[in-house]
Amino acid sequence: MEDTGIGLWGVPLAIFAGAIRVSTPFIFVSLGETITERSGRINLGLEGTLVFGAMTAYAVAVMTGSPTLGVLAAMATGAIFGTIHGWICKWPKVNDIAIGIAMMQFGLGLAFFLGKSFIQPVAPKLPSIPLGGWSATPQVQAALNINVLFFIGAALALFLWWAFRNTRIGLILRVVGDSTDAARAMGISPDRVRLLATAAGGSLAAIGGAYLSLYYPGSWNEGISSGQGLMAVALVIFARWNPIGCFLAALLFGGAGALGPALQSVGVTQGYYLFYAAPYVLTLIILIATSSPTRSLAGAPGALSLTK
Amino acid sequence: MTKLLPMNRRNFLQASAAGLAAGTVPGLFGSQAMAQTALTVGFIYVGPKDDYGYNQAHAEGAAVIKKMPGITLVEEENVPETVDVQKTMESMINLDGATLLFPTSFGYFDPHMLAMAAKYPKVQFRHCGGLWTEGKHPANTGSYFGYIGQGQYLNGIAAGYASKSKKIGFVAAKPIPQVVQNINSFLLGARSVDPNITCQVIFTGEWSLAVKEAEATNALIDQGADVITCHVDSPKVVVETAAGRGAFICGYHANQSALAKDKYLTGAEWAWGNVYTNFIKAAQSGGKLGNFVHGGLKDGFVKMSPLGPAVSAEGRKKFEATLAEIMSGKFSVFKGPIKDNKGNVVVTAGKSFAEDAIELESMGYLVEGVVGSTS
Repeated sequence: MEDTGIGLWGVPLAIFAGAIRVSTPFIFVSLGETITERSGRINLGLEGTLVFGAMTAYAVAVMTGSPTLGVLAAMATGAIFGTIHGWICKWPKVNDIAIGIAMMQFGLGLAFFLGKSFIQPVAPKLPSIPLGGWSATPQVQAALNINVLFFIGAALALFLWWAFRNTRIGLILRVVGDSTDAARAMGISPDRVRLLATAAGGSLAAIGGAYLSLYYPGSWNEGISSGQGLMAVALVIFARWNPIGCFLAALLFGGAGALGPALQSVGVTQGYYLFYAAPYVLTLIILIATSSPTRSLAGAPGALSLTK
Repeated sequence: MTKLLPMNRRNFLQASAAGLAAGTVPGLFGSQAMAQTALTVGFIYVGPKDDYGYNQAHAEGAAVIKKMPGITLVEEENVPETVDVQKTMESMINLDGATLLFPTSFGYFDPHMLAMAAKYPKVQFRHCGGLWTEGKHPANTGSYFGYIGQGQYLNGIAAGYASKSKKIGFVAAKPIPQVVQNINSFLLGARSVDPNITCQVIFTGEWSLAVKEAEATNALIDQGADVITCHVDSPKVVVETAAGRGAFICGYHANQSALAKDKYLTGAEWAWGNVYTNFIKAAQSGGKLGNFVHGGLKDGFVKMSPLGPAVSAEGRKKFEATLAEIMSGKFSVFKGPIKDNKGNVVVTAGKSFAEDAIELESMGYLVEGVVGSTS
């Protein structure tokens, strides 16, 4: 097309770059939720944790000038949110889904309230690793400016996948998640394990929020998440509680989300509302294709209130 | 609830009395002695009022009238375009005693503001947008509205001089006539500098979607666009993303130069402070508020951000010459012959539209040179 543009190559490049740029919050929230759900509890409040994490990270980065401190502060608040959820849910006859929804609204409201004065200031951003130095094309260089959190997310997915199978903690988590009674018989306290699992999940979700406000799109405002935390919770079911699956599903969502703008930029402009629905259409297709008439929700932890 | 209701009613009576005393009912009390009487004014925003965008532009206007004598300002942010805004208006009227309300978001008008206007006929409502129609809508309501298209035309001139790739980009929310007119004006401004320039437009489909706006900006720059502008509620993400990729920026809604530093060329900003000041002066002196108030750059409804350091001397000259022509009221952006980007003639040769021409308010076409589609 034009000498400075990269024409149709822009589409695969945008999907690739979008997969990396947009997926990171999905990766962290869905990995966090996997830990929580593997312990037999659902925390729907991660959308609130994500937004609160985004606000905390941004505010701390503005005040201290250090984005790393921002991420750490976000992790701490995420853990607090998770702990509150885990602590409330240990009482008998408390529904974890209802508490999750309440915690989501609480997190959103508190983040909007405390974040009011941080909409205007500009925070220092998280650094990215320029991996595109080999290419002479600025577009490729820009696409390969990858944030370190993405690699941490990828490594974490691999680690969790290994740890669920091969470590004592992974085994305890799975026992608690599959059968509360069996765990009790083994002398494990299900409430304590679930509390810790929910705290860890909240902490990871808040990193996703920190990525949103400190890297991409890299600003704090009240519409920063637009439902990404909720979507990531759904991704966990889609990925069948498998950390590697979560990582791949997050990439898929990121790439599909970049499709709409990329197609418009190369001149495929008709029906962009349909392209924007691509991630959801894709989810439906994969869920239908992988569903089975005989088994429901393969891989689901037995004690999860979804499966009960 | 039962405890609150009587209190509401009492406050309502007080508020109505205050409204009468303040002379906000045109024609009833026109006395000069009331020029400085107390007046409570309510502003309602759809988003945060410091969003570097649409809401900030209105909040800056509200801050101007806050300094006027006798004015009590009540504001509420993040009010959705649902029945929530009716509750906000009722609370401003009953609890705060507001007698003049500015619900600033487009979707507040119908049915929310109209319902409240029928319920509180003594309160004055002025809505931002061009929706008020004489005879159809009550006399205590009205519209005020700015023509910012010429601002985008001036943005286009600055962009035309700054662009090396001859490709400029526009991140747009929804293909409504106002947005489409801004896109066309931006390109026509750039083409007045170099007729080979094209403008790529990406619609995000929503007024505020941070991640999609960032993706759209990246996609435009990947395709070679080197000057970016936008029409979304909060341009902050677009401005920061584009500046981060090294592209030039033309601002919109409010001044975003702090976000892009020397990458900021200029910007089309609202100047609501002037508009609100006129309303308040009319209300305090007992004059008519006006039901349909509109204007552009020359009327002081719209202003341009100061030119950035990246604008060349040549660009500055043409920008200022065009601005002077606009200020004289003789300029029109849409001068025939103009073709749309499908090849149809949309403005015939010899025909030209002033900025308030009714034909421009239903604009659904993208002009030749704009790469994109409205559906």
